[in-house]
Amino acid sequence: MTHAVTEGSVMLPAAEAEQGAGVYNEKLGMWIFLLSEVMFFTALIGSYIILRFSNPAAWPAPGAVLNIPVTAVNTFLLICSSVTMVKAFANAQDGDQRMLRIWLVLTVLIGASFVGIQAFEYNQLIGHGFLPSSGLYGSTFYTMTGFHGFHVTMGVLCMIYVTAKAFRGRYTPDDYRGVEVIGLYWHFVDLVWIILFTIVYLI
Amino acid sequence: MAQAAHAKHPNYVGVFIGLAVLTGVELMVAFLPWSKTTIILLLILLAVWKALMVALYFMHLRFESNRLRILAVAPLPLAAIMVVAVLTEYVW
Repeated sequence: MTHAVTEGSVMLPAAEAEQGAGVYNEKLGMWIFLLSEVMFFTALIGSYIILRFSNPAAWPAPGAVLNIPVTAVNTFLLICSSVTMVKAFANAQDGDQRMLRIWLVLTVLIGASFVGIQAFEYNQLIGHGFLPSSGLYGSTFYTMTGFHGFHVTMGVLCMIYVTAKAFRGRYTPDDYRGVEVIGLYWHFVDLVWIILFTIVYLI
Repeated sequence: MAQAAHAKHPNYVGVFIGLAVLTGVELMVAFLPWSKTTIILLLILLAVWKALMVALYFMHLRFESNRLRILAVAPLPLAAIMVVAVLTEYVW
């Protein structure tokens, strides 16, 4: 493959009738949705700060209750899934159908693994008596990680749909909108986890 | 939708390695015998650094038009105001 185009042409431009923010409608719609998601997670984090500062004794030391090594592996998995997603996007741009499908399938598998490990973590914690009803620490932990896990699950389901379309040859170098839009959502979910991992597990 | 095929791709694997290394640094910093305030500030700095890498390279904000960049950062001042507002209630 020849890679000789400048950085500005990396992104798919908007069609003539779709000029606005300089991107096509589906992508603009996803960005606006993600901006609302920023405020959603900010509300959760803001509530967490209020509850934690007003009840510092309710929070044990990092690692005392939560399994940080297992979650660190899960964090690494989500980062891996972001790179497989962006490689799928790059191959969609290049028109390499085989590699596009391989990277998308890997993204689905790694994303599903993240959800599986989170379910395992929940199962272990509940087995040790750490429940959403176990005070502020339990309720904030399950609310924040649960909402994030729900987002990952939805992302995996949407990714399966996009992968099925990729196997039917739907995405070409001229039109890879589905891959790009689900990719934006997927990377955003990764970005949110980066923040949550620090706030909920490490601090 | 016409567009230039074979676009020049950023070094995605390099970004991935950077994110993995920063995650390792986070895990080390979290258990250092330093003051709680120093550790929290360092961890937040590392998290913001990683989030920026994801937004700029994986979400391609670095290569987007200024109009989309402005749109993307629009809620951040609101988010910052909210976090600072709730923090001030307990810090001061």
